[in-house]
Amino acid sequence: MASAASKLYADDVSLLMVLLDTNPFFWSSSNLPFSKFLPHVLAFLNSILLLNQLNQVVVIATGYNSCSYIYDSSSDSNQGSDHGRIMPARCSNLLQKLEEFVIKDEQLFKEGSREGISSSLLSGSLSMALCFDEQIYRGFFDQGHFILNLAVTMHAMQILCLQGSSDGPEQYVAIMNSIFSAQRSMVPIDSCYMGSSNSAFLQQASYITGGVYLKPQQPNGLFQYLSTVFATDLHSRAFLQLPKSLGVDFRASCFCHKKTIDMGYICSVCLSIFCKHHKKCSTCGVLKLLSVLYALCFGWVRRITT
Amino acid sequence: MNNGEQRRLNGEAEEDEDDDDANNGGLAAWERAYADERSWESLQEDESGLLQPIDNQSLKHAQYRRRLRAASTARIQKGLIRYLFIVIDLSKAAAEMDFRPSRMGVVAKHVEAFIREFFYQNPLSQVGLVTVKDGVAHCLTDLGGSPESHVKALMGKLECSGDSSLQNALDLVHGYLNQIPSYGHREVLILYSALSTCDPGDIMETIQKCKKSKIRCSVIGLSAEIFICKHLCQETGGLYYIALDEAHLKELILEHAPPPPAIAEFAIANLIKMGFPQRAAEGSVAICSCHKEAKVGAGYTCPRCKARVCELPTECRICGLTLISSPHLARSYHHLFPIVPFDEVPLSLLIDQQNKFPRACFGCQQNLLGPGNKPGLRVACPKCKQHFCLECDIYIHESLHNCPGCESTRHSRIPNINEG
Repeated sequence: MASAASKLYADDVSLLMVLLDTNPFFWSSSNLPFSKFLPHVLAFLNSILLLNQLNQVVVIATGYNSCSYIYDSSSDSNQGSDHGRIMPARCSNLLQKLEEFVIKDEQLFKEGSREGISSSLLSGSLSMALCFDEQIYRGFFDQGHFILNLAVTMHAMQILCLQGSSDGPEQYVAIMNSIFSAQRSMVPIDSCYMGSSNSAFLQQASYITGGVYLKPQQPNGLFQYLSTVFATDLHSRAFLQLPKSLGVDFRASCFCHKKTIDMGYICSVCLSIFCKHHKKCSTCGVLKLLSVLYALCFGWVRRITT
Repeated sequence: MNNGEQRRLNGEAEEDEDDDDANNGGLAAWERAYADERSWESLQEDESGLLQPIDNQSLKHAQYRRRLRAASTARIQKGLIRYLFIVIDLSKAAAEMDFRPSRMGVVAKHVEAFIREFFYQNPLSQVGLVTVKDGVAHCLTDLGGSPESHVKALMGKLECSGDSSLQNALDLVHGYLNQIPSYGHREVLILYSALSTCDPGDIMETIQKCKKSKIRCSVIGLSAEIFICKHLCQETGGLYYIALDEAHLKELILEHAPPPPAIAEFAIANLIKMGFPQRAAEGSVAICSCHKEAKVGAGYTCPRCKARVCELPTECRICGLTLISSPHLARSYHHLFPIVPFDEVPLSLLIDQQNKFPRACFGCQQNLLGPGNKPGLRVACPKCKQHFCLECDIYIHESLHNCPGCESTRHSRIPNINEG
């Protein structure tokens, strides 16, 4: 029984979710402009689809005001009609969607009109990618007797973050939640970081989920980095010498002075971290005050309405 | 090809059945089919008296939503640092075969799953195991943070005999839980198979003692409701449920994995000293304090006494400092900032304004329209108004703890804090 199952299960078919950072604030100041970055990525996506005909690629754009699915290779219908065009259908589809997304993202920014956003909404696109993976996974096992089903092949799922902008501290909890969820469903998060200094979020994500974190030394050779490191399927990775993480610092920083500490005091109620012993936890104190205010306001509103 | 495949599989299935026959002696095949599958339970009668299969999916979803709502209304503060003793009744009642293969086997299987889930959800908590047999309670494992050691100890000790004693178990657990620091939440989860308890003294006194020590006792019964268990749970603020079948038992046990709402006077809020050890350099050799073995690389160094430990979270064997890493803390944050339950989109609204609503689930891009382009069940996040399918709803609330819609907008960020 087991041997039949393992034969039908293809170990080199992968489903790659690419999270593409489109933050204009980053790309306008980057060494590698977006117009030069994109051809590397398109070539990489094509090569993934070339490696195995069953491979699937889904691209999610990570904007600074929204996130959206922009490409799914399984729903790409007009692959045959490439003749006579300068650009293959795949790329033109993707580029068109990408352009629409960027324009919409910019409009949202004008409505919100907030200054100086340097981070992208990585937590949003990561959450979407995980929902998609979960759906694929469910669809596979919902077939019931999946051994019989030759048409559906189990994809090995991977997430690749092509990120450039810096971390947004307000996304910390959401990103950590996504990381633990990915770890639980055994989806590795690979990250290729184009920014100037390392991204602590992506380093943690790759370390915890068993993915690869890479910061290309020469951005002009991006395609080579992508194809040699990230194009390998999960099965083959066991045989390769991939870039090792140099160790991630898991020490915490205290809430009071933002210092990185070895030893500290944790509030047993809200898990805030402090470097010195206080009589009262300042975070819970604040929280309690807020909830009292909230209750007061709520009571007040109710009194007016009744 | 397909045919051949089918035939081969059928062949294998038959073989499997043969194996089952060999294992399952006593019952004839037809008896087993009725006893195991309970096929009558998956049918219901409609208004005209016809039998119909129960629509399992929407039923399951409705049940899940009820649970979610119950959980979200009762949230103010959660006990995140828990000290839990699991008491397993191994009296001769545990050998009963109404659960397959026996009550004991089923309980052991689900306790194993529970222990792993418990540590996943409560990385800062500790568990201990106690078994009761021949009227005596034994401590199988002390309070500790490593799931593997508990599971190993449990699987090695699965024999049952004699009577069960609730009082002896509570006395033993009380002795252990009385020593833990005041900020911890003390809990006991009792898996009780017997219908009686054989006690050396007055059990009411013991119950009062537990109540005074603020130990929250919960019982899951495998046979029928017993007064003394109900009384115990009522007095100490725990839950008492009877498992109807194996699936229900699993559900009841796993209900204890998320942290319970904290009762303010049960545990005193305090600041606890903890260490954040750094990973030792690759290739450095040291003797670890937990296994007393020399190991190359891979380990953490206690920041206070510099002893080597193998894994986190743990307590330093030398100086007793609690050692954790920052992801462990982050894993608990979702209990403090839970996401709001999604609202079901009413079907009438869907039919009226079908064209205005998105066609695909925001999370997984699955088509939300049912067969024949009729609108099916869907839910919407009250904050970001995005629509999701039912599967994503469950995944988002039970595993991801993020709303993809809210996370991909800039504007609805700050309000999270007044829910804490």
